[in-house]
Amino acid sequence: MAKKEELGGMDYLVTLPKRVVTVYIPLAIFLIILLFPFYWMVITTFKPNEELYDLGRNPFWVIHPTLDHIKKLLFQTHFPEWFVTTMIVSVASTFLSLFASVTAAYAIQRLRFRGSEMVGAAIFLAYLVPPSILFIPLATMVFDFGLFDTKWSLILTYPTFLIPFATWLLMGYFKTIPYELEECALIDGASRLQILLKIVLPLSVPGLISAGIFAFTLSWNEFIYALTFISSTDHKTIPVGVLTELVEGDVWHWGSLMAGALLGSLPVAILYSFFVEHYVSSMTGAIKE
Amino acid sequence: MSAREAAARVRPDVIPEPSLVARLLNSRNFLGFIFMLPLAILLLVFLTYPLGLGVWLAMTNQRIGGEGFFIGLANFEFLVRDDVFRLSVFNTVLYTVIASVFKFGLGLWLALVLNERVPFKALIRAVVLLPWIIPTVLSAIAFWWIYDSQFSIISWSLVKLGLIDEYIDFLGRPNWARASVIIANIWRGIPFVAISLLAGLQTISPTLYEAAVLDGASPWQKFRYVTFPQLTPIIAVVMTFSVIFTFTDFQLIYVLTRGGPVNSTHLMATLAFQRAIPGGSLGEGAAIASAMIPILAAAILISFFGLQKRKWQSE
Repeated sequence: MAKKEELGGMDYLVTLPKRVVTVYIPLAIFLIILLFPFYWMVITTFKPNEELYDLGRNPFWVIHPTLDHIKKLLFQTHFPEWFVTTMIVSVASTFLSLFASVTAAYAIQRLRFRGSEMVGAAIFLAYLVPPSILFIPLATMVFDFGLFDTKWSLILTYPTFLIPFATWLLMGYFKTIPYELEECALIDGASRLQILLKIVLPLSVPGLISAGIFAFTLSWNEFIYALTFISSTDHKTIPVGVLTELVEGDVWHWGSLMAGALLGSLPVAILYSFFVEHYVSSMTGAIKE
Repeated sequence: MSAREAAARVRPDVIPEPSLVARLLNSRNFLGFIFMLPLAILLLVFLTYPLGLGVWLAMTNQRIGGEGFFIGLANFEFLVRDDVFRLSVFNTVLYTVIASVFKFGLGLWLALVLNERVPFKALIRAVVLLPWIIPTVLSAIAFWWIYDSQFSIISWSLVKLGLIDEYIDFLGRPNWARASVIIANIWRGIPFVAISLLAGLQTISPTLYEAAVLDGASPWQKFRYVTFPQLTPIIAVVMTFSVIFTFTDFQLIYVLTRGGPVNSTHLMATLAFQRAIPGGSLGEGAAIASAMIPILAAAILISFFGLQKRKWQSE
């Protein structure tokens, strides 16, 4: 905070017109461009077909807003089922990943077992392995395990990209907890498990929230595994369902497609609005450490 | 509950003699092993093993639902002569280089602007990150609609402004399609670069700027000799991440063009998917995916050396 104030302290050297050109105008252009696709998503969702496909009108505004596209999405498609599937898969894979990451991060950062630094480095490397080089071998494994077209195929594979970043993030949080607290508890006869559960975890709640909501968002957004491992319509996740099931046949589909994109984005957008700071810290934290 | 209370609460009344189990439970190495198990099982089974399996599959003629036999490097020999594969490598490099350069330039610019004192700073920063939070596939669908050949809002605006006469077929012409997918990728990547670099900017000590101003440095000199050198380590890491995920991108292309028109936007990842899953040639798809590994390894090495000199981070 103090830094920002001091930086602001030199502002008197810069005149207002100059600030308008160097700061406010670029910022406004950035914001317009970054937000326009969302504005367009919202406008299209509520626009009746007559207005949507009439090139004579001003397309930037909607004159008679309608809920038809949303009704169609909710009652004539499998969207509600995709929503439930995505929710179950995201929550389950997030908790699975958090469990594995908490114990691992604690072991690497605090138990300092033999080779813990190498293990930490290996986990960082795992962070850099993208899903698009794993999905083909994973598809054959999912098939061999009999998990094809089930939620388990996603719940078990999502941790591959959630665990590395969550572990890395939690290692950073655990590092900030003073050793003295643990030493006190050890002297008082607490076991390592008790220390983890009753001292370290309560103190790293912000880190757990960051890792958890971020993992949830990544699972919610995942596409290539869900596209490859799921085949039946009602087992799909939202990104896959909206893209593959709403496009076929119907020519006048843009309204419901945009409604699907909008409603599918809402859960993460709402979560994001409540936990902005946690998102920022998890994004930058995972890189910094 | 404060930490002190937490520590007090676990204090047992009597300290028992340590049994074998208790001693094991207090051994760093044994406990470390137990605590690492869940992570190790998940990552070894679903990450390390498939990484190896992918390289093995690349050397077989495995098809979906069929049996595969070891065929050595035949897949790679076929791919080297395959025009579509070579085009996809070209596209991937083009896509990665152009998108990364713009993401870096615009992201750094946005970070510098956000580092200024502006009203509603927290709100603006939150809004800026939105494109990165929203599922890529869903925002890509919005771009698909923005790029529509008949109803594109860009074409509509340009026609109304009198700049063009007929609608642009954004996704139907090879070079337009390339530009369109690259722009969508840049749009999605700017927030990540900007917010990460902003975090880096905020760690630069203001005394450095004060010293520079006293020495009569111009704004450009302040950027060139203070900001940029201080920011270099984090730039290295952020851009490594950005390059890796752009290079292996799949979602945007799959939504917007599925590799078309005439394979002009096929990336290695989308071609691997097309050959392996709808096409059924798992071996060939795995070979295309494996061909990405050497380049990823190079990027990871760069990241490693970037991490080595993380001066900006106070230990």
